[in-house]
Amino acid sequence: MSTTFWIILAGAVATYLTRVGGHLVISRFETIHPRVEAGLNAVPAAVLTTLVAPELLHAGPAEWAALIVTVLVSLRGGLMSMFLAGAAVLVLARQFVG
Amino acid sequence: MTAEAISEGRTGGDFWDGVRLSMPVVVASAPFAILFGAIAVDNGFSVLEAFLMSAMIYGGASQMVGIELFGQHVAPWLIVLSIFAVNFRHVLYSAGIGRRIAHWPLLQQAAGYFILTDPQFAIAEARAESGRPVGFVWYLGLGLPVYVFWVIESGLGAVFGKMIPDTHALGIDFLLPIYFLGLVLGFRKRPLWAPVVAASAVASIIAYRTVGSPWHVSIGALAGVLLAVILPPHHSGVGKRP
Repeated sequence: MSTTFWIILAGAVATYLTRVGGHLVISRFETIHPRVEAGLNAVPAAVLTTLVAPELLHAGPAEWAALIVTVLVSLRGGLMSMFLAGAAVLVLARQFVG
Repeated sequence: MTAEAISEGRTGGDFWDGVRLSMPVVVASAPFAILFGAIAVDNGFSVLEAFLMSAMIYGGASQMVGIELFGQHVAPWLIVLSIFAVNFRHVLYSAGIGRRIAHWPLLQQAAGYFILTDPQFAIAEARAESGRPVGFVWYLGLGLPVYVFWVIESGLGAVFGKMIPDTHALGIDFLLPIYFLGLVLGFRKRPLWAPVVAASAVASIIAYRTVGSPWHVSIGALAGVLLAVILPPHHSGVGKRP
């Protein structure tokens, strides 16, 4: 087996560990403290925000326009319309500002 | 038993409910799967290896980082550690989703954690929040199309990568931030949403500038989670939950 294969296999094991690890730790406890539960409820917003925020550092006019439209559409529409509107604005704006 | 019989009759519908929700994810991730395949071959992977990496790791950002380091002939253990670092945020996901799927049979749970990606977690959390059960069949309907398309498109990208047009003009590099912003906004009705988002945004930007990528994700996420833990419970609304 090639080195590449072993890298992929080890990477897969490491990734799976992250995907079960949190559950394995939490499930050791009989009851979940309200503060821990509050923390777990904050996970989606907390993690997903970090995937967006640093992008603002290099965002130009086209990217800002796309994000603003995404926020505006979110007030009314669902995820699909949000995404499509943001993507459309991005592609359109990039034709002009690059 | 009656509850089981009722959910049994609903399973077909549940599966397709999940499939419907998976479609935006399939669309948003397609360019990255193709791009990953193309870059993988460019960096010395065979088509089969690119395919295997997508099938076994199934984590876009970590695959991109791994492939990049591989192309730079970085030591294998460091590549694996980097993949682990990029995927570390999933520890928080599995801690969160474990509460929703603990009643599944063990094998189903094992499979469920294997496909626990960013959108899989976010959409399953949103369903749990709305009071509907997160069943295995629904979860599979959501996750399976994303997985199958991801793996196939990686292979296609590896085979036909040379034909990819100007990705910048197509906006491919910025599709995921838009999609993730959409997911973040979907949780805006949760208690503490605004302070958590603010804390995570500021912390991740500072960490991005100082510690560097990919640790800004884990550091920023921990800042938001810790804020929710520290604030008095009556702010977080945990006691009021059914």
